[in-house]
Formats: sequence, C-alpha cells, structure tokens
Amino acid sequence: MKLLATLSVVSLSLIACGAGKKEIQNLGSDTLLEVAGALAEAYGKTHPDIAISVSGGGSGVGIKNLIDGDVDIANSSRPMKQKEIDEAKHNGQNPVQHKIGFDGIAIYVHKDNPLQSITLEQLKELFGDGGKLTKWSELGVTFAADSDKVVLASRQNNSGTYECFRDGVLGGDKARFKQECNNLNGSKDVVDFCGQTKSAIGYSGIAYATKDVRVLPVATKTGAVPVTPTIDSILDATYGISRPLFMYTNGEPTGDIKSYLDWIKGDGGQRVLQDKGYVPLRKL
Amino acid sequence: MAPSPLTGEPASAGQPPWAKALDHRDRGWWSDFAARTIVWLGGMSAILFIAAIFLFIATQGLEFMRHRLDIGAMLTGARWEPTVEPPVYGALPLIAGTAWITGVAMLIAIPLAFGAAIYIGEFARGKQREWLKIGIEMLAAIPSVVWGVIGLHVMKPIIQDVFGVQVGLNVLNAGIILGLMAAPIMATIAEDALKAVPDSYREAAEALGATRWQVVWKVVLPHARPGLSAAVLLGIGRAFGETIAVLMASGHRLMVPESIFDSAATLTATIAAELGEAAVGGDHYQMLFVLGLLLFVITFTINLLADWLVRGRRKSA
Repeated sequence: MKLLATLSVVSLSLIACGAGKKEIQNLGSDTLLEVAGALAEAYGKTHPDIAISVSGGGSGVGIKNLIDGDVDIANSSRPMKQKEIDEAKHNGQNPVQHKIGFDGIAIYVHKDNPLQSITLEQLKELFGDGGKLTKWSELGVTFAADSDKVVLASRQNNSGTYECFRDGVLGGDKARFKQECNNLNGSKDVVDFCGQTKSAIGYSGIAYATKDVRVLPVATKTGAVPVTPTIDSILDATYGISRPLFMYTNGEPTGDIKSYLDWIKGDGGQRVLQDKGYVPLRKL
Repeated sequence: MAPSPLTGEPASAGQPPWAKALDHRDRGWWSDFAARTIVWLGGMSAILFIAAIFLFIATQGLEFMRHRLDIGAMLTGARWEPTVEPPVYGALPLIAGTAWITGVAMLIAIPLAFGAAIYIGEFARGKQREWLKIGIEMLAAIPSVVWGVIGLHVMKPIIQDVFGVQVGLNVLNAGIILGLMAAPIMATIAEDALKAVPDSYREAAEALGATRWQVVWKVVLPHARPGLSAAVLLGIGRAFGETIAVLMASGHRLMVPESIFDSAATLTATIAAELGEAAVGGDHYQMLFVLGLLLFVITFTINLLADWLVRGRRKSA
C-alpha cells in the first residue's frame, strides 16, 4: 500500500512536470512521504516553474541516494548515522541537515479501554524484552478473562517510528522488543489494529488518531503528571516520546533548493506540516 | 561454414544433391533465419532469466553468508532482530510461520480444488462446465493485494467473532486467504490431470457396472495421482511465495506460532517489509537476500518435483 502511495505521488508529480520546468528530486522516509507531497503541492501553486518530484522508499533509501549523489533533498525521520556521513564524505558529498518539524509518537488503545494514563516505565515493561507487564489487570483495567492479555501493536523493525519508540522508551538501540509484538507495516495499520482489537495497545504518529482509538496521556515517571501529546507539549518537551523530522541536502543549498527549504521552514510550509498532523518548528 | 548456432551441425559432405538448392539464401531463407533466431532467443530467455535472478540473489548475500553468518544458527535461531545491537538473525520464526500458513492453506485448498476439478471434469456438462471453468480462471486472476484487503477487513472481524480471539490477523486468516488464492490454480491443473485419463478406462469401469462415483474414486483418481500431486505441489509453491496478502493478513509476529490463532510472519513478508529501509549492501540487506535464496531454493525444489511428477505421468500414459 505504501508502494501504491509512492507510485501515485511519483506519477502525479510526473504529470505536473511540464517541459522547461526546473526539477527538484525529493525522496526518502515513508513517514514524511505524505507531508512531503503536500509541501511540494502547496509550493507548486505559488512557484509553477519548479517541479518537485516526491517519492518514498524509506529513510534508508533517501540517505543512500544522498550518499550516491542521486537526489537533491533526502527525507529522513532519523538523523544520519556517523557511518553514513563518513560514507557520504568518502563519495565527495557533504550532507547538511535541515530540521523541518517534529513528530509526536502517541500511545493508542481501543476507545472502550478505561485506562486513564500510562507511564514510560509501564510502557517499557509492556513492550520491552523481559518486561513483567503482560495483563491488563496488572494495569488496573478489568477486562473479560479472554481479553486480559495485552496485545502489543508494534512496527516493522526498520521503521523510523520503531527506532524512535525503542530509543525513547525501551532505552537505546541495544534494547529489544518482546517477541510477542505484532509488527504492523504502517502507521495507519497500528491505529486500525488498536481500533479493532479491544485488548491492544500500540504506538504511532499523533497524526493518525481516529474515532475508534483513544490517545493515552503519558507520564515520564511514576507520580508525574501524565501529558497528552499536543503541539505545545511536544515543543516544550514535557511529552516524552517525540522526534525531529529531517531533510538532507548535499552541501549548503543554493538557488531553487534553498528557496524551497526556506519556504518549508517559514510559516507557509510549517502550516502545511501542521495541517498534516505534524508538529511545526515553532508555534504558529 | 561455421556450425549453425541453431542446429549445431556442421554442413556434412554426404548431403543429397538437392540440398544445395535448398540452401539458397533468398528472402525466404533470411526471414526463416530471423524468425528462428527470435524464437530461439525467446526460448532461451526463460533459462537466462532464471540463472540471472539466481545469480543476483546469491551474489547480493554471498559475502555476508560466507564470512559472518552461521547457517545452522540462522535456521534454528528463534529470534529475528536485525536492527538491534548486536543484531540477531534467527530465521526459525519465519520458516515456521511460512510452514504453518502454507499447511493451513493446503488443508483448505486441497478439498476445494479437488472438489471443483472432479465436479467440472467428471460431472458437469455443457454450458455449466464452461461457465465454471471461466469462473475459476477469473478467481485465479484476482490480484493478491485484493485478497490481502479481504483478509484485513473481512476475514479479521469474522475470525474474531466466530472464534472469540483477540487478534484476527493470524495463521488461520492468512491460511484461508492463501488457500483461496491457491485453489483456482490447483483446480485447473487437477482438472487437466483428470482429463488426461483416457475415456476408455471410464467406459470399461461403467461397463462393469460401476456408479459414476465409483468410476471417479476407483479408476480416475488413482490413475491421475501424479498430476494431482503436481497440482498440490504447485499450490504449495504458490502459497510459499505469496507476499503481500500474507503480510496484510498474518499479523507479522516474529515468533514460532503455537496455534492457528497466533499471529505469524513469513519469509516473503519479512523481505517485503524490511528490504525498503535496509541500508544497501549492509548485513541486514544481505541477510534478506539470504532469506530470498532460501525461498528460491525451496520453491525451485517444489516446482521441479511437480514437473517431475507430471512428466512421470506423461511417460506412463
């Protein structure tokens, strides 16, 4: 399904790309695919002479293309690793990082789940390998016996959301998830799964909330005030699980690429980002 | 003259006197030569592509497989954690998940496919038979992503309600979807196998007073057995190699399933889910190609076995 989305965005941008237009290649993170497409579309309305072709494939794919010098702007939902920066330098590229916004990772449960809030420690015990929490009754929630077992909705092991949750909640890249996790293949899939499974708990971007799920406020530690993920709580870092979103260019951008990135970081682009459910760099 | 690439035979001295006249290179000769070359290239391309794909998969994962992978530990390891430090590449959950789902798929597909083949081949007549055959062909043409959506949105709530389980994306769901996907192909091949049984056998059995069902059960089915086995094997190959529908319906849990209500992950689904984000040339990337190689070897063996069975039947017939 992600592939389909990628293809459709690519073909749309191909149609939009008339003769004589200057083209900017933009590819990478699937998390950023939708918002990157919206940004390109909005920018195209005011700059009809620039064609921006957007495609997905994943943060790793975008960075790989940047290292090989095959793309103008690479999207990534994680910072480049030192190994990747070294490889790029070796190839004569000079990756420059541009922070374009933030994504909050919300904890989702079924809409009928009475749980009021959860702490980071509880999340670690639920999702982390060797964690002791396995039943809803241990969290003070009474379900029928057949649904007392907590069903864990996670992501496939190379998604940016997976890495962000692992690093932020389980404690770094050496931490392991429980094997019992259902590894779903998209941000939306996690939310759908929680909406249809009464005993499920999962994590996904805040942009994906639906009426079938509830977003749990998260307390950074036992006894602390639980915080709901909002633009304010993510910007002032009182909400515990969020991550910056990046675009990378080769060297300091110039010309059309610079104008585009400046627009994204400016109010126009940030408003598009906010409308798509992500958190802008500053309060608009 | 150099030996022809098409026949491989050098021009021999002992040709009849009219051979030279036939060898006259006019337009007809050249068009014949061009047509033969194109057809030859087409025929050879199948082998060429198979070899090229095999080489590509093998070389992508070779360096990692030779230097840093313990194949025994890979085949028996129960944890698949390629992006954690240090990474663990145990493929047992994936192999077991694939085997479970394929097993359930066959339990569903075999009765369906054989039932359909026997009815169409032995009982249905005239227009009804033609319509049924068209129906089966259309069923085989449904894209797998559609089956995946059916698993995700139709089968999932049904399984949750009927069996009272919490997670409807599991071995049973993927197995039913795969079974329904494999059944049309199996039915078509099985029907061919039944058709290949000479009518004289049926007539002989009927002349001895056998009922229609007795003819099918005692005469036609035993005689068609190699072809039916081939149908099953090709169905298994289909189920083994299917990707997107399983990815959507299986729940993708990286654990050896203990019952049909457990979520599971397959080899194909894992490759599809992880390859996009794996750094090209890295260990994880190469490991996914090793999984691909494993899959290739398994499906290749299954198809070869099926082919051998079909040939065996033709020879004995």
